[in-house]
Amino acid sequence: MLSRNFFRLLVRGAHQTKSAVSFSYIASRKLHKSVCLQKNPQVELTAVRYPEVKRGNYSELTDRHIKFFESILGKDRTLTDPADVEAYNVDWIKMVRGQSRVVLKPKTTEEVSAILKYCNDETLAVCPQGGNTGLVGGSVPVFDEVIISTSLMNQIISLDELSGVLICQAGCVLEALETYLSEHGFIMPLDLGAKGSCHIGGNVSTNAGGIRLLRYGSLHGSVLGVEAVKANGEVIDCLSSLKKDNTGYHLKHLFIGSEGTLGLVTKVAIHCPPSPKAVNVAFLGLNSFDDVLKTSISARRKLGEVLSSCEMLDHVTLDAVTSNLNLRNPIGEHPFYMLLETSGSNGEHDEAKLNAFLESSMSSGEVLDGTVANEPSRIQYLWQLRERVAEGLVHDGYVFKYDISLPLKEFYTIVPKMAERLAGNKKFLRCCGYGHIGDGNLHLNITSKEFDHDLHNLIEPFVFEWTSKLKGSVSAEHGIGFKKTKFIHYSKSDSSLNMMHDIKKLLDPKGILNPYKVLPK
Amino acid sequence: MARVLVGVKRVIDYAVKIRVKPDKTGVVTDGVKHSMNPFDEIAVEEAVRMKEKKIASEIIAVSCGPQQAQETLRTALAMGVDRGIHVEVSGKDYETLQPIHVSKILAKLAQDEKADLVIVGKQAIDDDSNQTAQMTAAVLDWPQGTFASKIEKGDGNLTIVREIDGGLETVKVKLPAVVSADLRLNEPRYATLPNIMKAKKKPIKKVTPKDLGVDTAARIEVVSVEDPPVRQAGSVLADVDELIGKLKEGGHV
Repeated sequence: MLSRNFFRLLVRGAHQTKSAVSFSYIASRKLHKSVCLQKNPQVELTAVRYPEVKRGNYSELTDRHIKFFESILGKDRTLTDPADVEAYNVDWIKMVRGQSRVVLKPKTTEEVSAILKYCNDETLAVCPQGGNTGLVGGSVPVFDEVIISTSLMNQIISLDELSGVLICQAGCVLEALETYLSEHGFIMPLDLGAKGSCHIGGNVSTNAGGIRLLRYGSLHGSVLGVEAVKANGEVIDCLSSLKKDNTGYHLKHLFIGSEGTLGLVTKVAIHCPPSPKAVNVAFLGLNSFDDVLKTSISARRKLGEVLSSCEMLDHVTLDAVTSNLNLRNPIGEHPFYMLLETSGSNGEHDEAKLNAFLESSMSSGEVLDGTVANEPSRIQYLWQLRERVAEGLVHDGYVFKYDISLPLKEFYTIVPKMAERLAGNKKFLRCCGYGHIGDGNLHLNITSKEFDHDLHNLIEPFVFEWTSKLKGSVSAEHGIGFKKTKFIHYSKSDSSLNMMHDIKKLLDPKGILNPYKVLPK
Repeated sequence: MARVLVGVKRVIDYAVKIRVKPDKTGVVTDGVKHSMNPFDEIAVEEAVRMKEKKIASEIIAVSCGPQQAQETLRTALAMGVDRGIHVEVSGKDYETLQPIHVSKILAKLAQDEKADLVIVGKQAIDDDSNQTAQMTAAVLDWPQGTFASKIEKGDGNLTIVREIDGGLETVKVKLPAVVSADLRLNEPRYATLPNIMKAKKKPIKKVTPKDLGVDTAARIEVVSVEDPPVRQAGSVLADVDELIGKLKEGGHV
């Protein structure tokens, strides 16, 4: 069966790796990162690029501190060699670079608790880090924060096959969990392009969305319980695994989406849906955004309960994927593309629905062309065209990444508007829009060969003002991180921001957890 | 104008994890996703390109197997094949169907349909036999060009570049001939919606091996099917002396 594996590797390429069942992982992002760091010059230090951000009143790291960490974790889980630490200081998308001098790799909640208690006592700032795949610079330090990596907290604790509840440590890689669950007939309720590297703790901390949100909802619904460690080292156990539990305040929500600023998530209990028996994917070519809208509405109506993903890309986006990653467009050039996925329990039923929908969309002229697949190998290939967009764009050089929620009618208008606005700038390469149209979430990306201040100022705050005027969200799913603290007020009232500050003060009075992120000064 | 016969096999999709049946008589196929053998897709693509270049006039796809083999034929039809022939073989007979049977079936069909060219994938990804093209050519007493990475039509012949261990070999074969497709022959197209819909109306003829005078009685017996042995973990050694010690222990030195 050698030729089977040969074909699997061919399709996969060097950028994605799938784990079999082992949890010692070669992160696909790290493979890719080494390629990128070789090709491109080193990323500018965040402290240099953003001189207006000042280091907080935290202690400086000393040998005494390192000795303490080594006493808890041992020398091999306390990284201090600059060559080892460097990778943890730069985010995947090469937007930001910190100056941390130590990376800690705890294996248990108890170790995390001991570390945080010490850091709180010593007023040492920390930066919790999962798979380091975040897109808003929230996963790496800004200055010399101590990095606490969850990569060794990768144990699956239990799976209840009756209820579908999975309990695991925060450092489990999403794809590894998916592989484990598939052997038992379940799937994770979320899926995203970074699955080969992202940690579930990070997903929960950022309330990650992804391509299955349309069908399985947000993590606020599917995460049943969380165990987290507060800044002072106290372990907060709200690790319930019950679907219904209305006993007191629902504290877990504080940790879902607060991006590591209220606590370090150490365990997660998540409700997993059963694996669909039948999955179909259609990749379609359309002429205009209007047709995209009509098709997504009609998909909702005609495919109804079996629709599990509804994504769109414009031709500039697909071009980034086909030319930078050597992937093939299966259907020829079109101004817009959509990717639809159905998941159900009856293949014949789903295919009949999908074919009827496609036939009517084609005869009405909304869809110009397309291809369908139900074979896993083909489904994977078609999904790559959407899931590897971020990777494809990084190959251009520097990506200005925006993730906005907008009313559907205005969804796409910002793309040509922005392209027109940037046309005069010499460094400008590409302006494209793609995203989860089923959820009203557009990813607006602008690329250039390298970071350019003029380009940056042409884009911001224009993009946020535009979004705010249309009452959209300046960050639909990527979060605030480091990059969007100045813009949070475009989408949140002063009263809610004040309450956020109060909660932060309550849970982290010294402000050591992931400073410079999420809340503006 | 050539008539082309393409053999396509329905195999377990290469992205699916293979599971051995607990009774060790084979692999689990029930409820498992199947697709067209990737090398056969390449063969179909080549045939369709020949038709587009007007080198071929008609393409017929053939698949041997149970009822579901018709799905594989529909895929071929959606790629541009004109009609399909489903040779029904199911149950126990299908489990022991071998290239020796398939080659006789293809040979008979090639004669009946007056094909000028028979093209198949070089091997199936489930059994890796790499025998069907060669045996079919032998039964027909036709020349063969296997592991083709390039095919050019001449006057009554084909110039074929073959991928072999030492590099590339170019041969010229007189038509009619049998060709097996290798990986770099082409990149198969995706069937697009208008073609998928057209394919529903194209005919698939159903026949049995008996109709073709081919005996599909088992010539092999599957004794057992097992997983490959689990890979043993390696160990990190301190120095060369320890390495030499371990090699001596293992009887390797």
